[in-house]
Order: sequence, then structure tokens, then C-alpha cells
Amino acid sequence: MADSEFLPLDRNGIADRCARDIPEGWVVNLGIGIPTQVADFVPTDREVIFHAENGVIGVGPAPAPDKVNPFLINASTTHVTLRPGGCFVHHADSFAIARGGHLDLCVLGAFEVAQNGDIANWARSADEPVKQVGGAMDLAIGAKRLWVVMEHTTKEGHSRLRQRCTYPLTAKSVVKRVYTNLAVLDVTPRGFMVLDMIPGLTLEVLQARTEAPLYMEELR
Amino acid sequence: MIDKFVHSMTEAMAGIEDGSTVLLGGFGDVGIPTPLLNGLIEQGARDLTIVVVAGGRDGSAIERLLSLGRVRKMICSFVRPASLAGRLLQRGELEVEIVPQGTMAERMRAAGAGITGFYTPTGADTLLAEGRETREIGGRLCLLEYPLPGDVALIEAWCADRWGNLTFRESARNFNPVMAMAATLTIAMTRNIAALGEITPDAVVTPGIFVDRVLHVPG
Repeated sequence: MADSEFLPLDRNGIADRCARDIPEGWVVNLGIGIPTQVADFVPTDREVIFHAENGVIGVGPAPAPDKVNPFLINASTTHVTLRPGGCFVHHADSFAIARGGHLDLCVLGAFEVAQNGDIANWARSADEPVKQVGGAMDLAIGAKRLWVVMEHTTKEGHSRLRQRCTYPLTAKSVVKRVYTNLAVLDVTPRGFMVLDMIPGLTLEVLQARTEAPLYMEELR
Repeated sequence: MIDKFVHSMTEAMAGIEDGSTVLLGGFGDVGIPTPLLNGLIEQGARDLTIVVVAGGRDGSAIERLLSLGRVRKMICSFVRPASLAGRLLQRGELEVEIVPQGTMAERMRAAGAGITGFYTPTGADTLLAEGRETREIGGRLCLLEYPLPGDVALIEAWCADRWGNLTFRESARNFNPVMAMAATLTIAMTRNIAALGEITPDAVVTPGIFVDRVLHVPG
């Protein structure tokens, strides 16, 4: 099947698809990159409490250019607003929230996710001297659910959904769901289960682009 | 009378020794006590270990401290490859200890709280655990972490009184309160000053008992 028969989602499309599945009432941490964009697609009348690792609870949308508060940023160091009801905590409390199971959901980007839920998102090789762990390891092990949003393949076309991660792990067996530009997949004891695919895509074509084996539940 | 206000940068930086571990508040450009860091550069202490969330952007006071060769080691949660810290690290000219951000905060909290070690699942299944003590607790692999005390903490506050009680602005709070707890000598700069009793007691975030010196830096 030619690429022209389906149109992979762009970054906004992936963020939008993920946002649809976040219900009212959840406390959610969004990692940097595509995950941060997820907030833009949660309708403001749906009360979701966004937590930023730098100690902001109740992160709101970006301010108008003339309303920027220089003291108020998110984990990506972008200026944000605070929703009514929001508050501030220091870093140790912020990570107590992350590590202590108080987040209903954390959404992170990743280089790779394995079929057992392993995530690799902080270093491309063990030998790489410059590493950027940030808060990813604390968030990955601490949230009640970890979802990943990422491109399905690398720029070179290599699958980011793997039988085993080839990059250094951030955490083991923690990812519950993956949103890519091609599909939504749950991590299950049987491996990656396809929940949803973009229009025009078939399981066969998706599998051809995925190193890990995929399955779908039989329609009843 | 207890009065923790100092009246010059020289007084604020007095006694910081070569080889000190310096805890440096801030996240992004927010809550970083840049004037104090410039004061430290002037003061001249060398061979420093700097504890800070990230390795410093180009143009920052951290970059200046690094470029002057005053830092022996940096303990942080990430380093940008394109930054000076990243370049020094790649050339083997700077020792860097990468610590997960939450572990970093908790290690400083532990130092301030008299906790001599703790186990956390953060990083236990990763490269960061290689050669270190792990233990399975409640069915999860956990990593032993030790406190991270500082000889000095440089922090930024929004308002302070002469007892050293501090408030912070929005996300400028970040690492500042835990670092204030964790150092032998905590030096705060404050944008605003208040008479004793003027800060609403309920609004004090860092009690003055964690603070040794306060320098008023308006602006």
C-alpha cells in the first residue's frame, strides 16, 4: 500500500488524539516536547489539573503577550498561566507528587518503547557523555499511568516500538499506552495491542513499520 | 537583636572557601540568584562543586563561572550538549554527576532533615544504578541514595525579614526552599524586605532558621 492512502498525524494530531482520552478530574504531568502540546487540546471546560515538575499545580494556557508573568514557567521553561485553584510547591514536594503516586497520568516522549513497557528516553547510548535525565526517571516510576507520545519510526524509518529497547532505559515495565502518528497501542501482557489506527491504515502495513509484534482484539 | 541582613555583596560572600559545595537555586531563568552568583565569581572561591538543576545556558552566570575554570564538578539533572558545560564534559574537562531531578531534590531535603539515606525506585533499573546498592522493597527494585548537603546555598527569595523568613514568587520557589535547608551557610538574596511580623506568618515558606544571611537586591 502506498503512503498516499493514509496520512500520518502531525505533532498536533498526536497531541490531540492523546488529549481525547484524558478525563475530567485527572492530575496530569506532561513532559517536554509533543507531550506539552497535549494540554492545548484538552477543552478548558474539562477540569484537568496539570502539574509541572518545577512546582506548578494547575498549569493554564500560555499568557497573552502583554500578560506574561516572568516568574511563572513550566518544565519546558515556557511562560504559562495558573488556573484558578492552582498553587505552587517546592521541588521536593513537586517530586513527592510525581514519585508518590499522586499523578493519575504522566505523558512523556521517548526514543523507544518495548513491548513489556520499558521506556528509553534519556540517552542514545551508554557511552554518550552528555546525558539529559531531568525528571523523567522519577515521573516514569511514580505516576499511576505512563503514556508515551512519539513518532512511530525514526527519521531513518526504524521502529520505535521494539521487542526490547536498544537505548539505555529510563524505567522498566512502566508504559501503559503509546500514541504515535500512526496508531494508539496498549502495552499488555501479550505485547502491543492496537486500539486505533489512522484512517486508511491496515494492521498489516502498521506491522511492516513496527519491529515488535502487534495484535488486535477480535471484533465481536 | 537577630538581624540576618548583610549590607554588601562582600559581606554576603565572606568565608566561602575553595573546594566548597555550592547549592544553586533556580529552574530555567526563574529563581536563579544571578547577582549572588556574580558575587561568588568576584569573591574568587575555586575548585567548587556546583549543585544545580541543569548545566547552564550560554550567557548565564553559571557559564561564566565555568568559563573561569572555577568549577571542578557539577551535580545536575541534565546538561545541554551545545552548552559550555556540555562541551567541557565532552572534552573531559568537567566532572559531571547526573542525578534524576526528584532524587536530587530529595537528597537535599534528606540532608536538611537529618535523614542519612533512603531507597527510591527512581533510576534503580537504569545505568545510574550500576555498581550501587539496590534492594527489593515491596516487590520493587530500589536504589540507595545518600543526602546531598551543601557548604553554601545561594537562593533567591521574593520577600524577607530580618529573621530570614522568606517568601517566593510563583515558580521561582522551585529548588530554593530545599537548598536553604540543606546547606551549612545559606545566603538568600531578596527582591523585597519586610519589617519583622509584616510577612503574614501563614505565608512564610522558608522559616528564617534555615537562613544565615540575607542581601537585599532590589529589582
